[in-house]
Amino acid sequence: MKIALHEVTRRFGAFTALDNVNLDIHSGELVALLGPSGSGKTTLLRIIAGLDWPDQGEVHFDGEDALSRSVGERNVGFVFQNYALFRHMTVFENVAFGLRARPRRLRPSELEIRSRVKQLLELVQLGPLGERLPTQLSGGQRQRIALARALAIEPRILLLDEPFGALDAKVRKELRRWLRQLHDEIHVTSVFVTHDQEEALELADRVVVLAKGRVQQIGTPDEVYEQPQSAFVHHFIGESLSVPVTIAAGGVHFAGRKLDLDPHGLSDGEASLFIRPYEVTVVPESGSALLNGIVKRVHGFGPARRLEIALQEGDREHFIEVSAPRHEAVGIGQHVGLRPRAYRLFASPADRSQGV
Amino acid sequence: MSDQPLALSGYASRTGYPSGMRAFRTPSMVLRQVKPASDARADPTPMRWAIIGITIAFLTLFVLVPLANVFAQAFSKGLDAYFAAISNPDALAAIQLTLIVAAISVGLNLVFGIVAAWAITKYDFAGKSLLITVMDLPFSVSPVIAGLVFVLLFGAQGYLGPWLQAHDIKIIFALPGIVLATVFVTFPFVARELIPLMREQGTLDEEAALSLGASGLRTFFKVTLPNVKWALLYGVLLCNARAMGEFGAVSVVSGHVRGETNTMPLHVEILYNEYQFMAAFAVASLLALLALVTLVAKVMLEGRAAKE
Amino acid sequence: MSGATIARYRRVIPGFGITLGMTLLWLSLIVLIPLAALFLKTTELSLEQFVRIVTSPRVVHALQLSFGLSLAAAAVNLLFGSAVVWALVRYEFPGRRLFDAIVDIPFALPTAVAGIALTNLYAENGWLGRLLAPLGIQVAFTPLGIFVALVFVGLPFVVRTVQPVLEDLEAELEEAAATLGASRLTTIRRVIFPAILPALLTGFALAFARAVGEYGSVIFIAGNLPNVSEIAPLLIVIRLEEFRYADATAIAAVMLVASFLILLAINLLQRWSERRTRGD
Repeated sequence: MKIALHEVTRRFGAFTALDNVNLDIHSGELVALLGPSGSGKTTLLRIIAGLDWPDQGEVHFDGEDALSRSVGERNVGFVFQNYALFRHMTVFENVAFGLRARPRRLRPSELEIRSRVKQLLELVQLGPLGERLPTQLSGGQRQRIALARALAIEPRILLLDEPFGALDAKVRKELRRWLRQLHDEIHVTSVFVTHDQEEALELADRVVVLAKGRVQQIGTPDEVYEQPQSAFVHHFIGESLSVPVTIAAGGVHFAGRKLDLDPHGLSDGEASLFIRPYEVTVVPESGSALLNGIVKRVHGFGPARRLEIALQEGDREHFIEVSAPRHEAVGIGQHVGLRPRAYRLFASPADRSQGV
Repeated sequence: MSDQPLALSGYASRTGYPSGMRAFRTPSMVLRQVKPASDARADPTPMRWAIIGITIAFLTLFVLVPLANVFAQAFSKGLDAYFAAISNPDALAAIQLTLIVAAISVGLNLVFGIVAAWAITKYDFAGKSLLITVMDLPFSVSPVIAGLVFVLLFGAQGYLGPWLQAHDIKIIFALPGIVLATVFVTFPFVARELIPLMREQGTLDEEAALSLGASGLRTFFKVTLPNVKWALLYGVLLCNARAMGEFGAVSVVSGHVRGETNTMPLHVEILYNEYQFMAAFAVASLLALLALVTLVAKVMLEGRAAKE
Repeated sequence: MSGATIARYRRVIPGFGITLGMTLLWLSLIVLIPLAALFLKTTELSLEQFVRIVTSPRVVHALQLSFGLSLAAAAVNLLFGSAVVWALVRYEFPGRRLFDAIVDIPFALPTAVAGIALTNLYAENGWLGRLLAPLGIQVAFTPLGIFVALVFVGLPFVVRTVQPVLEDLEAELEEAAATLGASRLTTIRRVIFPAILPALLTGFALAFARAVGEYGSVIFIAGNLPNVSEIAPLLIVIRLEEFRYADATAIAAVMLVASFLILLAINLLQRWSERRTRGD
């Protein structure tokens, strides 16, 4: 089932949680809503679910207006951040809840319910735990029961609010893998909210990056990583370092010197140069067309080392961190030049229209 | 919390002493064990002895001794006399009336207490704070005034008096009046126990149930109610204890007709004023027993709630 | 798809209308309308009549007695209640659990039972009365007896209000003070006391409010002599029995307003102290 959000806005008093959000989710997709806290992602999820309503905008499920339906009528499966399992019911009763809650004429027989619940428990690999109480389960197990419960009602969409947030790292990794497999099996349109970019990039078919209530970029994990369209996305996803530069006379300038870089069509003015730390070549200081700086610190294990370098601009220093292969001899106090192998330029925050 | 009622209502502040049921400050605020005092928190020994001494003396003098006295006086003439006193027809009538009044009052306040707690904790609306304050009014009003207001409404010279007389309906000096006065003074008990707990539990479980397609009623009975069952039970116990023990308000509306409009507390008064001390204490001992049972139940419920 | 403004805020959880409606209806029937009757009756009196009633010596005395003794009893409960709650929360001693449980007895015990128990206890031949008689102290049938009864009924309020606050007080606060060199007394005075002050004031207010309106526990032990040991609630009852509804109402109105004002003052005091403690 496809979901269409059109100019959705939600305010809480003076605070704008969502600002004109437009989004199309295709049938059977697994989409991640990614962003820092306060970006509006959970609000957006709840609006899709029917646990909240927008002040402006429209929400359509397969072309039909969803906003005129209550949460129960929308047939969405919602998995809450802290699972919200009914603690006085057994695992079985939790999963069966949605089926038993149906009005009599739509309700399957008790036998059918039993077999359906059994099936679902097998699906989430918790078959023998039917008679346990939620308090007797581990975090990861509770998460899977919450999922089973949501799936029991055969939802048209599955919505997950920070599904793995409360779990420790190892369990989280396992469950991520497991969720992706599950999705590949059952193909329900799914939307999940996370602040963990690794999770989003690993799991999702497409990623929606949100910040301050606005959509920053929508794309596949590759697109969002390789081709960030705004400073925020570049900074939020993957590692990045940034250097404030000036565009003038068709060139990129730093500390008064012109750098051997293409301004990528940006108009004159203040801008930021974004580079991934491992896409920089470190050379002994030479040509004035490079970024020049002094090595302040060297640390790190493994195949690459991290160099903290101070770039001088007038009487200010900019500190950036780059990666250098271990075999290259670089010492503290050494003057070096930095040549980015790949970079992006974004106009400074004053002009926000750049990048979606 | 911004929607705290005023102290005037007798409820007040975030400490919210409803009635002594501390454990229903929610699962996260479980009844704590006394922490072993680390050195930094140790008080000098003379101070400890003094304070413990004061505590034991004060509580013994003001609570244990009067309580013991009730039972001592009740049995002062032996077991036979005791049982004769409490099986006396007037006493039995008083017991029966007390039970009926309590059953009706507790039943009504149970239903409306739940409804009110739901309205207050599951929604946001303007005036909620005022509503909570008003709901607590019966707590801070003298029981005599509670009786007075119903006399003003329904008494022979009250606003509705003539109309009631014309239709031969008796409220004051009859069962309905006693029930009304009792309902008034026990009004907040159930809601007060439920509100802090339901507020802490929030609306997540209900949202989950609704997202699974459950109706409002099903959500309430299958999800909300089980979550608050111990607090509810305690509220009912308290409500009942107060309903059975109410004196001032009922005294004003009752008419004190022996065998007809006397509840147990009123009967105690009559016996005492007639110098039938042993009998008065005998009936009083039943009420004291009720209080003790309520307290024991409270301790047990606290334990249950803490375990969850 | 025009993006027009749609004000479609709905409540997720059903039942708002009916539950609020039922609540307001019940509240009105049981609480608001009866109380309105009280104030309506008060307005039937002319101002002159009202003043005459409430300034008559007997009424003035009864009000003074009720409010005065209630304040005193609440103060005693504040003092001793602090000791009790401290002992219950901070110390271990034999029977601590028992004593903790019995704090609720004055709250749970029907007032008439308390009334006759106390009277019997402090009467000249009662267990305690006979100990005090040789000392020339008469408790039963005097204002002192009223005071004792009021201490009894207010006892749980300070303890139960302060107890959760004291229990939740972080040990680290006191430990920090100790590491900074504060003496025990200083720590109590400057760290612990301000933290529990709002709760203390609340407990005091609750004990006071309870004492002012108390009837059942008091009328047996009081003696009930007009202008000597007659509490305001009793005077209200007497006037009702005389069918002097207006008088009864006037006294009740004064009681309510005075209680309201005092509790309002205490509430403001409490909020002020809370603000100071929290620093917001």
